[in-house]
Amino acid sequence: MLDDFFTRALIAGIGVAIVAAPLGCFVVWRRLAYFGDTLSHAALLGVALAFLFELNITLAVFIVCAAVALALVLLQRRATLSSDSLLGLLAHSSLALGLVVLAFMTWIRMDLMGFLFGDILAVSKADIATIYIGGAAVLGVLALIWQPLFAATVNRELAEAEGMRPERTNMVFMLLMATVIAISMKIVGVLLITALLIIPAAAARRFSNGPEQMAVIAGIIGIASIVGGLYGSLTWDTPSGPSIVVAALVFFLVSVSPVAALISHSRRQAQGEKP
Amino acid sequence: MLKVSEPLVSLENAGLERAGHWLVRGVDLSVRRGEIVTLVGPNGSGKSTTAKLALGIHRPSEGTAHRSRGLKVGYVPQKVSIDWTLPLSVRRFMRLTQRIDDRQLEASLDATGISHLVDAEVRTLSGGEFQRAMLARAIAGRPEFMVLDEPVQGVDFSGEIALYELITSIRDGLGCGILMISHDLHVVMAATDQVICLNGHVCCKGSPETVARSDEYRQLFGDRASAALAIYKHDHDHTHLPDGRVRHADGSITDHCHPDDGHHHEKDKAGTDGGKERGGQRA
Repeated sequence: MLDDFFTRALIAGIGVAIVAAPLGCFVVWRRLAYFGDTLSHAALLGVALAFLFELNITLAVFIVCAAVALALVLLQRRATLSSDSLLGLLAHSSLALGLVVLAFMTWIRMDLMGFLFGDILAVSKADIATIYIGGAAVLGVLALIWQPLFAATVNRELAEAEGMRPERTNMVFMLLMATVIAISMKIVGVLLITALLIIPAAAARRFSNGPEQMAVIAGIIGIASIVGGLYGSLTWDTPSGPSIVVAALVFFLVSVSPVAALISHSRRQAQGEKP
Repeated sequence: MLKVSEPLVSLENAGLERAGHWLVRGVDLSVRRGEIVTLVGPNGSGKSTTAKLALGIHRPSEGTAHRSRGLKVGYVPQKVSIDWTLPLSVRRFMRLTQRIDDRQLEASLDATGISHLVDAEVRTLSGGEFQRAMLARAIAGRPEFMVLDEPVQGVDFSGEIALYELITSIRDGLGCGILMISHDLHVVMAATDQVICLNGHVCCKGSPETVARSDEYRQLFGDRASAALAIYKHDHDHTHLPDGRVRHADGSITDHCHPDDGHHHEKDKAGTDGGKERGGQRA
């Protein structure tokens, strides 16, 4: 079954969607969309360094993303520039640096578009293993820190006052983000990972009554986007990453349309009628 | 009534400096089991900052902050905003930092009068309802130490009295120590063991009873309500400007207020002011 490239892409994509959904909820709740963007831009520098030092690409991307996340935390503490300027600085300089480093390595022939926008043909069995093992680790750690991370998301000071350690939880969360970006890069490409994080979560908001429920619904929408996007990509011969994001966008548009409002309204009424 | 015991929380000469300005400085305070300590003072006088020093949210730039080991804390911050993107029911909010069973959850919501809102989204609550939810959340886990930063803001008048009664009864029932920030001076007088007046530093502190019994108080104020003013409504001899500098009574402006500032009762202010002020001092 795994010999078919399309099946491999589907399985890999579904794995990514399941892992991206709960993290994406936190990205939406904590207003970290631009932060996610910065990390994924930095991923290209990771790719370049992987070629340069002959490292595993996923590992190199994780290391660079984690380093950028740490750099951001440290720079924010010094606070000379505003957060969004710092993010822009890190995002684009690491992207540019990655492209420059790649250009220097003239002996390497690689498909840059594949890294930028994803490449279903490139998904191997090893990639699937990486996604599912890495993804399971991410979900496991996220489950462990879920309660304090959510409390700190609602109110950092309240969480800290009542005995939680928001700073430590925050660091762990950033490492999880770096991991997700490293393992999902091949499916959607570095420029579109943030979309896979935030669009399913945003689409799930209207239908959710609780944070955990929102994560699950985001996962379902993410899976549907992967399946819809990949079939669309196969049918119309469009690049896989953008097709998946377009599919997710369709779900989001449906969620903000009057039809969805009607659904969530009737659900709320049904709840109100409970004794 | 008060047990003499180790303080749950104590600040010694604690101060916090941010970007070259002292938000608050030279604060000594301690909260013991079963004790309610109230911070009063004008806007920007460092009340919330002092509370955050006591909670360990900020580390003091000078002095020390000490909390007893494994202290179970309940905190009602001054301001919490819940983003639209966060689907959060009151039930889930109650369990934000603690594991509590349904009975505890319902009892706390009952006590603050919002048990009918248990499944409502926090975002849709009114200001007063949300304050009640925050208070319910703070008490549900039976804390040993609570910090209530303007706990009844936006609550209607009759509700306010009920909530303050609730706070007092929680103190009596759980024996927890409470650090409260309140603008409601009636309550400061009625239910507080110690009042600390801040204006960038501790201006004065003492028990409300000391004030109420003092001669100055009898001369100046006839009723309970104005008694609170004896502590509260004295004139500060310096004003903290928005940019962090300090304007003194003589019109001069300096970067900081000094530990020996603000004790207008020692200076040549009007006699009545001085009298009020001494009333607030504990011998």
